Amino acid sequence: MHTYPAWKIWLVAIVMLVALLLALPNVFGEGPALQLSRNDRAAFTELSQASVTAILAGKGIPVEAAYPEGDRLVLRFPSVEQQLKARDAIHEAAPREYLIALSQAARAPGWMRALGLKPMSLGLDLRGGVYFLYEVDVKGAVTQLLSSMERDYRTLLRNERIPFTSVEKNDVAGAVEIQLRTGADVDRVAAALRKQDPNVVLETDTFGEGGSVTVTLRPEQIKQRQDFAIQQNITTLRNRVDELGVTEPIVTRQGIDRIVVQLPGVQDPNEALRVLGATATLEFRLVDDQHDALEAERTKRAPLGSKLYQRREGGPVLLKREVIASGEQLVDASSGFSEGQPAVYVKLDARGASQMLETTRANLGRPMAVVFIEKKRIPETDPCNGVRSGAECTEEDVISVATIRGVFSSNFQITGLLAGEARELALLLRAGSLAAPLYIVEQRTVGPSLGQDNIDRGVRALVIGLLVTFVFMAVYYKAFGMIANVVLLSNVVLLTALLSMLQASLSLPGIAGIVLTVGMAVDANILIFERIREELRNGMSPYAAINAGFEKAFSSIADSNITTLIAGIVLFTFGSGPVRGFAVVLSLGIMTSMFTALVGSRSLIHLLWGRQRKLEALSI
Amino acid sequence: MEFFHKKTTYPFMATRKRWYLVSAILIVASFVSFGVRGLNFGIDFTGGVVLEFTFPQAADLEQVRSALGKAGYGDAAVQSFGTSRDVLVRLLPEKGQDVNKLGRGVLAAVQSYESGAELRRTEVVGPQVGQELAEKGALAILFTFLLIMAYVAFRFQWKLGVGAIVAALHDPIIILGFFSETQMTFDLPALAAILAVIGYSLNDTVVVFDRLRERFLSIRKGTPGQIIDSAINETLSRTIMTSLTTMLTVFALLFFGGEILRGFSTALTIGIVVGTYSSIYVASAIALDLKLTARDLMPVQREKDAVDDMP
Repeated sequence: MHTYPAWKIWLVAIVMLVALLLALPNVFGEGPALQLSRNDRAAFTELSQASVTAILAGKGIPVEAAYPEGDRLVLRFPSVEQQLKARDAIHEAAPREYLIALSQAARAPGWMRALGLKPMSLGLDLRGGVYFLYEVDVKGAVTQLLSSMERDYRTLLRNERIPFTSVEKNDVAGAVEIQLRTGADVDRVAAALRKQDPNVVLETDTFGEGGSVTVTLRPEQIKQRQDFAIQQNITTLRNRVDELGVTEPIVTRQGIDRIVVQLPGVQDPNEALRVLGATATLEFRLVDDQHDALEAERTKRAPLGSKLYQRREGGPVLLKREVIASGEQLVDASSGFSEGQPAVYVKLDARGASQMLETTRANLGRPMAVVFIEKKRIPETDPCNGVRSGAECTEEDVISVATIRGVFSSNFQITGLLAGEARELALLLRAGSLAAPLYIVEQRTVGPSLGQDNIDRGVRALVIGLLVTFVFMAVYYKAFGMIANVVLLSNVVLLTALLSMLQASLSLPGIAGIVLTVGMAVDANILIFERIREELRNGMSPYAAINAGFEKAFSSIADSNITTLIAGIVLFTFGSGPVRGFAVVLSLGIMTSMFTALVGSRSLIHLLWGRQRKLEALSI
Repeated sequence: MEFFHKKTTYPFMATRKRWYLVSAILIVASFVSFGVRGLNFGIDFTGGVVLEFTFPQAADLEQVRSALGKAGYGDAAVQSFGTSRDVLVRLLPEKGQDVNKLGRGVLAAVQSYESGAELRRTEVVGPQVGQELAEKGALAILFTFLLIMAYVAFRFQWKLGVGAIVAALHDPIIILGFFSETQMTFDLPALAAILAVIGYSLNDTVVVFDRLRERFLSIRKGTPGQIIDSAINETLSRTIMTSLTTMLTVFALLFFGGEILRGFSTALTIGIVVGTYSSIYVASAIALDLKLTARDLMPVQREKDAVDDMP
């Protein structure tokens, strides 16, 4: 005992100091806050921050703290009431400048924030919010690839001036079939396709006069497309979540074809669901004014090269098959009003712009149409006002037909929508389109009051669990029991520090894990103390008994903790969501309790009794 | 304070046959219960919709049921959740049904009965996700066992290993039997608790075994039964203390942790009791009946010696 290494005591002291510091922000809790991001996505400058605070000062709304965090400005308020007032005030004073999100911000003082110290991040079950698990329809992604191939091949054949009867995709076979008027053209088409893609897999056939070329997708093409679709969807979902103004959202891939979206603080899952899953986009097409649309509707046959659409305000219209530009070529979109009508202002990318320029120049005075396309996933029994493919319903309608009055390229506006639609369409266009349809397979919503209740319950259980254990240990092991209690408290601090540092989200089962850890953490101390008592009973001197107690209990402590650790690791691997939180806490708790019991309590015992020359009896 | 002021000498092993019978009855009863009643799986595993409401005053469950029945949700399970003001509605989706729409329908039906009902929580789990969670859960239990078996095989002699594994199997079966008999909802947190119990129960067993190994090597006289008894007696106060402290904290969870953690804390409570019991009467007793002797626990001879021993 006299020779207990000093470095261990220093190690414990330093670890505990660091842990205290890391755990400290949790004491202050969180307060209602606003997170502002600028609509132009630029970072907040001192100047723009000052202008926001000036708005609030003008309204007499007290701000507890204002500081930039990444590209956002965080404003914290003393109460929810003031938070809501502030949101309205900012919205009123500068309506189009900022995206405002309601959130919670740590109440910890500024110097802690500057040091990067944060409180534990709370899971959805503790702070309220929504959780979605999406499945990406990877088959749909392949269908989309086939559609774009279909379009490309048509353009190719037209450019090469090869007459064809049809270019059709076959979703089941994963192929595109080109039917040609003359069989002699088959080789030319094959050569042209090979030039485009040297690895293309194609099959040619001639029959009678005509011929056909079938292009089949390669397996790696399919795989690549599916991976791309999921990645693209994640990006799009992230953008959309950002547009919704949610703070600290989580959007991650899970498994092969799933995406998890967690939106803390969001209360209405339906709005979020609609925006996240929407697949609205636009297409610009020329109107076919050579043929009669009513005639086409009556005979149900559109002339070659045209397609029959319905106008939103009613009545049929024939549009050319070629798309001038589509939603994918948009680089920016915003909503506003034009001559009192809701409008979407769009900006095309270089390719779209040049196509638009060419088309408008060649077709001055002729009408052009904007087609609004929305894909929905609906149950088999529900009606679909468009084209149904399985559970997916594609609705297309023409929102505006306008005469081309001048040449334009990248910037223009679209009218013909309702105000809400315009806003949502602008949002969707800005955030990008989904590369494959999504559908929801799991959804959980926790209201804010339940979240707070869960925190209160968890904390109450923890405090009561701790107190009972404290009393029990103090009564049973006296002075050594008090040491165990100090050690136990350090264990909770250490665990809190680790969880704050890792920023792993704490769930209700996570809190339960902390409570359980409290009960189990004293086990190591109990093993040691019982051993010491035993050695004392066997007539050992106090010092020798302490040494023997720690040494002999070590193998039991290590062995027994490893089995629980195994269960913890398996839970972490297989669990999801809150259960994973429990696994993290359980595993970390085992490690911290081993450290505090073996090194921490021994250091304490040494400090208290180790330097006494002669020890008559132990208070154990 | 001490529970036992002098060395205890309870003859645990002498009564083991009686306790085997108790364990056997419990396990058979659990299996019968699985067969007759089955587990009441939560929507985590079956897929479905759960909505939790808080009513302004005590809710009349019958009226909530009839309101749901009128709206066409006659097969919805309605129960109070913690307090009489909190109501939980649970529905299993039929094939091909849009679960989101189902959730909205239930909300509308409940609010048609009591417009002040506040929706506290909704959970919608698609059937295939439920099935996957169930498969993952089963895999998790399987892997825990495989890993723990590997650990025990590496760390202990096989007779002790068999005892430890049987005890580790024994505990979750009884917990599951309890869930099946009481028809308490078995959800993901409850499954997590079972895995924690497997770890905890082994923890207890390992401490007894550690002492057992020590005693077999130091005490050369006495029958294996007596040695095992002395090892259990020596670790008895630790076993009881740890179980008590853990139990007290788990009680805190059971009484103050709220309804959501009910399954979790119940599984733990049973697990701690059964785990403590099984480390003595199952794990150690089986090792004894497998004729564990001091020779089994001798340090393993190196392979070279084994070759030399060959004739």
